[in-house]
Amino acid sequence: MAPDTPKPLVLSNARVIDPARDLDAAGSVIIADGTILAAGPEAANQGTPYGAEVVDCKGAIACPGLIDFCVSVGEPGAEHRETLASASEAAAAGGVTTICTMPDSDPVIDDPALVDFIFRRARDTASVNVLPLAALTKGLEGTEMAEIGLLQEAGAVAFTNGHKSVKNAQVMRRIMTYARDFDALVIHHTEDPDLAGGVMNAGLNASWKGLSGVPREAEIIMLERDLRLVGMSRGKYHANLISTSDSADVIRAGKARGLDITAGVSINHLTHNENDIGAYRTFFKMSPPLRDEDDRQAMIAAVADGTIDIICSNHDPQDVETKRHPWAEAEDGAIGLETLLAAALRLYHSDQVKLITLLAAMTCRPADRLGLETGRLTKGAPADVTVFDPDRPWVLEKSAIRSRSKNSPFEDARFSGRVLRTVVAGRTVYTYV
Amino acid sequence: MTATHSHRETPFPHRHLLGIEGLHPHEILGLLDRAEEAVEVSRQVHKRKHVLEGRTQINLFFEASTRTQSSFELAGKRLGADVMNMAVSQSSVKKGETLIDTAATLNAMNPDLLVVRHHAAGAVQLLARKVSCSVVNAGDGPHEHPTQALLDALTIRRHKGKIARLTVAICGDIAHSRVARSNIILLNALGARVRVIAPSTLLPSGIGKMGVEVFQDMREGLKGADIVMMLRLQRERMNGAFIPSVREYYRYYGLDADKLAFARDDALVMHPGPMNRGVEIDPSVADGPQSLIREQVEMGVAVRMAVLEALAANLPNN
Repeated sequence: MAPDTPKPLVLSNARVIDPARDLDAAGSVIIADGTILAAGPEAANQGTPYGAEVVDCKGAIACPGLIDFCVSVGEPGAEHRETLASASEAAAAGGVTTICTMPDSDPVIDDPALVDFIFRRARDTASVNVLPLAALTKGLEGTEMAEIGLLQEAGAVAFTNGHKSVKNAQVMRRIMTYARDFDALVIHHTEDPDLAGGVMNAGLNASWKGLSGVPREAEIIMLERDLRLVGMSRGKYHANLISTSDSADVIRAGKARGLDITAGVSINHLTHNENDIGAYRTFFKMSPPLRDEDDRQAMIAAVADGTIDIICSNHDPQDVETKRHPWAEAEDGAIGLETLLAAALRLYHSDQVKLITLLAAMTCRPADRLGLETGRLTKGAPADVTVFDPDRPWVLEKSAIRSRSKNSPFEDARFSGRVLRTVVAGRTVYTYV
Repeated sequence: MTATHSHRETPFPHRHLLGIEGLHPHEILGLLDRAEEAVEVSRQVHKRKHVLEGRTQINLFFEASTRTQSSFELAGKRLGADVMNMAVSQSSVKKGETLIDTAATLNAMNPDLLVVRHHAAGAVQLLARKVSCSVVNAGDGPHEHPTQALLDALTIRRHKGKIARLTVAICGDIAHSRVARSNIILLNALGARVRVIAPSTLLPSGIGKMGVEVFQDMREGLKGADIVMMLRLQRERMNGAFIPSVREYYRYYGLDADKLAFARDDALVMHPGPMNRGVEIDPSVADGPQSLIREQVEMGVAVRMAVLEALAANLPNN
């Protein structure tokens, strides 16, 4: 708890959406001592705590602060790309109140002392909640399992091999078996590295561009393998970034078999397709690669029907040194913290996904998967709240990007939906001016 | 069944001792009672009996061993046998056919007793079919190690007066342990309640149907235990393949005073050796007042004497 407790805050005249309660109604959010006192219609005429700051939301939406399941930060090791401080600033501006940091830093977060380092740096420099994901294998090499027990005790919320798959099925099986003893969630990037072996989605588009292709099957095969291993080990598993219609089918079938599995998708795969690459624009190079329009539509449908549980930014800051190269030589990755909510709202505006479903995929569902108290506006929950106007138009200008790296595929994009205020543990960390 | 009723005269109607599996409880108790006598013999100044006088015992170890081999050697010598140790380096043996060739060669030397250890499960059984003498399994891969289970039972019975209804927790690398398999069979045969404690990666599949209660949490598994049986963790399994690291294994599965406190106050600690102090067991526990580890070694000689004697009784021309 911070020594200076923020003064009470009342967000009045809001449209309160709390997906955990399936609530979407006019009301208020009352915050004191960093936690929610009341939220929703029942909070509307409750009066205000003594000394409270009262903010008139003028009908804007107040929802739980967003939880971003998959965020790469340059700290430690590549602070010129992004620090925990700059990432948290970007997050706050995007309405994200909790970031789960990927372990693929330098050094890799595969030691309890490094988890502790992330917590200390976050406490000292970050304005949003930072929850470290720890490495699944030592050095992310995919050969030796990391110290899942000790890392979990240090505070790691889940385990992932970053943007690399664990290729060896026996290694993966043993890790999942071991992780189950600790009730640890295994988050996996599902892409067979040998079969992938390309730089953009395989198909006609790649062929005309003269680029080597990443077949969809590289993802599907790895995902199918993983779910068989989940069946053997009965562990908790999350497919972090799926991108094909067949992957969604595999997840559906796995859930129908009663496996403890969830799936995620990056915002990029909901809003872009391979045609956006245009003239080899490397900000659109990522892993998995952007797929065709049919797959994008399948991803949207999978979010709408709940097959995909979690939407993340897959925020991955890269600078000119790593991006300004010929396509095949450029690094994967795009930033996305600041635009996560605004981009997701495109699916709401196009009537493809209900607003409450979209928000659930970025609030209570990631929270539930990690066993967090946040991600909801229930009484006693941490007061992480985002206020946004779903219709306010804006344009992402490169000069306004808060991330240290500017590799956004949304540069100069128009959005409808603007974050107005972000509150973390009762403290306002961002206001739109 | 208790130690007070002697099974000393129970016949042992087997040519070989290849495993605990297949032994009747009264046969096991018979061996334990014989072993009690052997303890007495071994504690005399003059430690020699003559039941194996003129007999030849060959110790054939395809896998390195100090304590088991010397224990069998002493046992044979205390019974008056001529004992020969054959260390077979693994590189010179290429399994299968060569194993049978070795058996045929040895058989031609007309031994009476053959004590065999091999790194492959089932190798001792295969060899037993090819020779005309009695064969004792001194450990075949992760399959069985019957004399270890017998010496463990003897040690337990001498301290607790019984085996039945004791709660025995076997902790560690169950998956790769012949000691665990033989003990699970023997302890169940004599009516003990057997638990296993290990990370899931070190449990064989189907463990839930092997007559044991399974625990991943060591403290839970030790609650109310009368006997804590630790297993050695092989070095090659320590670094990332089955468990992440020694320090993590020690934290969750190393027997230290704190975890041992969850067992009964009069719980006893056992280990088949050789120990890895600071990996599966804390030095203060290994060498502490509840430890029976030294005594297990003494009982090992006695049990092997009992086994050799029981088998010799069935040899031709006896």
